[in-house]
Amino acid sequence: MKTENQRAWFFVLPVLLLVAFNALIPIMTVVNYSVQETFGNNLFFWQGLDWFEQILRSDRFRASLGRQFLFTFLILIIEVPLGIIIALSMPKKGLWVPVCLVTMALPMLIPWNVVGAMWNIFTLPDIGLLGYFLNTVLGINYDMTQDPIAAWITIVTMDVWHWTSLVVLLSYAGLVSIPDAYYQAAKIDGASPWKVFRYIQLPKMKTVLTIAILLRFMDSFNIYTEPFVLTGGGPGNSTTLLSIDLVKIALGQFDLGPAAAMSLIYFAITLLVSWLFYTLMTKDDDK
Amino acid sequence: MRKRSIIPVLYILFLMLPIYWLVAMSFKTTNEILSGFSLFPQTFTLQNYRVIFTDPTWYWGYVNSIFYVSLNTVISITVALPAAYAFSRYRFLGDKTLFFWLLTNRMAPAAVFALPFFQLYSSVGLFDTHLAVALAHTLFNVPLAVWILEGFMGGVPKELDETAYVDGYSFPRFFVTIFIPTIKAGVGVAAFFAFMFSWVELLLAKTLTAVAAKPIAATMTKTASSAGYELGLLAAAGTLTIIPGAIVIYFVRNYIAKGFALGRV
Repeated sequence: MKTENQRAWFFVLPVLLLVAFNALIPIMTVVNYSVQETFGNNLFFWQGLDWFEQILRSDRFRASLGRQFLFTFLILIIEVPLGIIIALSMPKKGLWVPVCLVTMALPMLIPWNVVGAMWNIFTLPDIGLLGYFLNTVLGINYDMTQDPIAAWITIVTMDVWHWTSLVVLLSYAGLVSIPDAYYQAAKIDGASPWKVFRYIQLPKMKTVLTIAILLRFMDSFNIYTEPFVLTGGGPGNSTTLLSIDLVKIALGQFDLGPAAAMSLIYFAITLLVSWLFYTLMTKDDDK
Repeated sequence: MRKRSIIPVLYILFLMLPIYWLVAMSFKTTNEILSGFSLFPQTFTLQNYRVIFTDPTWYWGYVNSIFYVSLNTVISITVALPAAYAFSRYRFLGDKTLFFWLLTNRMAPAAVFALPFFQLYSSVGLFDTHLAVALAHTLFNVPLAVWILEGFMGGVPKELDETAYVDGYSFPRFFVTIFIPTIKAGVGVAAFFAFMFSWVELLLAKTLTAVAAKPIAATMTKTASSAGYELGLLAAAGTLTIIPGAIVIYFVRNYIAKGFALGRV
């Protein structure tokens, strides 16, 4: 039972000040830009909500948003089940556990632009290990700078390579917390492996899976560096995800107004979907 | 070995292939890379690494990155500890709203913040300092640290706090000498995540620095675009960025496995 204590605010104060400085001021800057038009020279004109309307109606925004949702959907549908399967088949104790954990966590600690560069080197058609193997050994015509489908397969594979381990590590942490007695009881009752998974393992993994799914949603929805380094958003616009498009507008074309309006819409969508996930997955919690 | 061990083995193999290729590239000469495909380095060279360790613009990139990442980890954990304690032990006005608002900052796309951050940190005179990057990264690391630590603290029974007061401990002394050691696995996990997300982030780190605090990743992108396309050098620099992460994982490996399960995270 938690006690009511308003002085607890003093404990939260440092975090509050830090996050307010980092989040509120920049967000206000963005809001400020989003309702104005600028022609340079620090001249600004009131624009109202025109930018928002323009962005929401533009085909370009809708197309990037669609690609973004497709990407995130593919990531979740592949990484979450795959991560659970790998976690279930890992040894529970012994020498192999630290080996597995260390090697699996490795991709997550590589700087994102290095991940992009690494996959670029890996998939070069003539001198990359994967590119050479597909083109020369298997005879598949694979060149992601030309073929949008190949580019998509490559960025999704790269993300699976990069982040499935997060789901594995979190699920595994949930699995090792299950006492042996549970499994023995299931054995006595003659429960099938599926039933053991459904009624013992999955409920125990639920809380950690919530974190894993939320983090994977947020990070795959906000992804920028890796696909940008790997494909630059191409060929054409086929892999231009939301963040890539946003940076193009903001820093490439320096259209601050539309970029700011787009930022706010983008942030709002991320918030809304995260909130939906969060509410859906914690609705049975009795706390 | 049981039959299903094949799944983790295949997965690890899949993870290692691109890394192997990066490392193999880093030991090849530019000539060999461009002349065609070779599975192993034919003329093994350390030249790429020699360039990095003798050129200050290269090795300072590593020093800068490690410096601001460590600074960020220390700041994030220090401010998150008392806040997580407040959330796990007390009810107070607006606690739930505040907690969710903190989490929303973890959801903000870094691309949205790039330009405003540049303006903000320039105006307070912190542009191109390690502190600027460390502070900017707290935007997503502090909420995560609070979230993780709160979970761990929730798993510690309240009787611990009460017993300490009865024994005459002051709050700061109890917090530092009893409470923090109790949840040290949680601190380890939170520190690991803070280190990880700060080490791998590039967009904000690059936006907030020019020369003095430039991260290694920015040095790499600059080399990739300016010096033609020195794949070998790029591969060597990339290989070296894997090492700090590998060391950190090795130290926290036991915490990651058990860590998350301890609290009610």
